[in-house]
Amino acid sequence: MITAGIDVGAKTIKAVIVKDNKIVARSINPTGFEPVETAEKTLEEAVKQAGISRKDIKKIFTTGAGRKSIPFADNNITEVTADAKGTNYLLPSVRTIVDIGAEEARGISSDASGKVLDFSKNDKCAAGAGAFVESMSRALELTVPLMIEISHKSTKEAPINATCAVFAESEVVSLIHTKIEKADIAHAVHDAIASRVCSMVRRIPIEKDVALIGGVANNTAIVEAMKKHLGVEIKVPEKPEYVSALGAALLAAA
Amino acid sequence: MTTEFYRWTENSWKSPDIDWRKGQTVTCGIDVGSVSSQAVILVDDKIYAFCNTRTGSNSPDSANKALSISLKDTGMKPEDIQFIVGTGYGRVNIPMAKKAITEIACHARGANYMGGPTVKTILDMGGQDLKGIHCDEKGKVTQFLMNDKCAAGTGRGMEVMAELLQVPIVDVGKMSLDVKDEPEPVSSTCVIFAKSEAIGLLRSGWTKNMVLAAYCSAMAHRVVGLLERIGVEKEFVITGGIAKNIGVVSRIEKELGLKVKPLSPDPQIAGGLGAAIFARDLLLKSRKAA
Repeated sequence: MITAGIDVGAKTIKAVIVKDNKIVARSINPTGFEPVETAEKTLEEAVKQAGISRKDIKKIFTTGAGRKSIPFADNNITEVTADAKGTNYLLPSVRTIVDIGAEEARGISSDASGKVLDFSKNDKCAAGAGAFVESMSRALELTVPLMIEISHKSTKEAPINATCAVFAESEVVSLIHTKIEKADIAHAVHDAIASRVCSMVRRIPIEKDVALIGGVANNTAIVEAMKKHLGVEIKVPEKPEYVSALGAALLAAA
Repeated sequence: MTTEFYRWTENSWKSPDIDWRKGQTVTCGIDVGSVSSQAVILVDDKIYAFCNTRTGSNSPDSANKALSISLKDTGMKPEDIQFIVGTGYGRVNIPMAKKAITEIACHARGANYMGGPTVKTILDMGGQDLKGIHCDEKGKVTQFLMNDKCAAGTGRGMEVMAELLQVPIVDVGKMSLDVKDEPEPVSSTCVIFAKSEAIGLLRSGWTKNMVLAAYCSAMAHRVVGLLERIGVEKEFVITGGIAKNIGVVSRIEKELGLKVKPLSPDPQIAGGLGAAIFARDLLLKSRKAA
C-alpha cells in the first residue's frame, strides 16, 4: 500500500511517501504564504521522485501547525502523535523525543510501540525554537551553517540572557561591539536555546534513549549543548526534519 | 542615510521661571533604562530641567549624556547638584550617583508627583520591561508585578514593528487608529512571530495602518492580561515611552473600560523624577542629621 504524509510546518512543508512500510520519497519546500499550493507542489515532487502517479496514493495524512488547512488530505493528526510514530520507525529504542521546529518545541515520552505517553510544549516563544537561531545568525551576520561551524571552535563563555529573541539580538550586537569573539557568541546562543528547551522537556519523565528530531536537529552545536544540559547521549535520525511527515504517512497506512 | 524608523523624539526642557542658585536643594535623578535614559533636576520641590535621550552602549556614558543635556544652558555644573540618585536597568553603573534605588519605587514616586495623591495604579511600559505597580497616596509601593523577559508589550517590541513596517515610531499610534474596522490582533506572545504574521498580512493586502492596529491591540491585550493579575484601582496612569502611543493607550482604556489619567510634563521621566525626589529626601535627612 502507498500512503503519503505531509507536515505543514510554520517555516517548511515536508512530504514523505511510504510504500509497504518503506520510505520511497521525500520532498521539502519553504511554506511561504500559500501553504495549500506549497503542499500540493511538495507532494507532486515526491510523487515524481517515487516514480508513481498521484492516484496510486491510497491515503494522505497531514500534520504540523497548518495540518487542518489542506483540503486534499484524508485526515490530520497532531504533531506529537506523528513525531512518536516516525521516531519509533527510525529509532525503535527511543523513549523520549525532543522535536525542535521553527516556531515550536516539544518533549514527548513514548512507549516501545511508538504510542505517546506524555508530552510538554513550549509557549509561543521564539527563544525556545529554531526561529531563535535564525534571528541570531542575522545579528551575527553569519549564515546558519557558518554559525554552527564556528560555534564548535569557541573557547570562552559569553554572557547571554537570551530569554527573548528580540532582546538577545540587542545583546548579541553589544557583545560584538565589546569585541567578544563571534565563535563564543555563537556558542552561547546555542547553549541558551538548548538550556531553554531542556527545562521544558524536564516536565516529562526523561527515559533513555533520547532522540532529537525536527529541522534544528541538523544543528550539531545544539545537539552537543543538549547532551550537556540533559546529561544523556542524544540520537539524531537521518534527515530529522522529515520525521513528522514520515509518522503521518505511516499512520495513514495503519 | 537610511531612515531609522524606530527612533523616537529625544526631548529636553528647562524652566524659564526658576533661578536654581536661589534653591535650598538642588537634586537630580538619573534613570538609565534599557532603551532610553532620563535626567531630571529638581530645585527644591519643583522640576527645573529634564531630558530624555537614547541609552548608548554603556550605562556610565548614557548617564553622563543625559545629565549634560539637561544641564545645557543652565549655568549649572554637575558639582552644583547636591545629591544624585540613579535608577533603572543600569542604576548600579552610574558613577555620579550617591545611591541607587529600584525603578519600581522611583516610578511610583514620580507618577505620584505628576498625577497627584489619587494615583493608585501605575503601568510602566518601558523598553524591555512591563510593570504593574500599586501605590499609596504618598507614592509608596504597596504591590507590583513584572513581565517575564519578553519583548511582547514593550517599547523594544514596538521599535521592531516600526522598523519592519517602515513607519516612524511617533506616527504608529495615530496611524493605527486610522482604520475603518478594528482588525483581529496578531500574536501577542512573541514579537518574532508577530513579525512573521505582519509580513503575511501585508502580503495578503492589509494596509500598514491595519497591521499597526492589529499589533497595537495585541500589545494592549498583553498588557491588560498582566494588569488583571494585580488589579486596577483608580486612578490609573501609564509611565514610560509607550504612554505616548495613543494607539496602544486608547486600546488599553477600551479593554479595561477605564480612562488613563495623563501625566505632565512627560510620562517618560517618571523614573528619573522619582529618583530626584528620593535624592531630595536623602539630602534633607543628611542635613538634619548633621
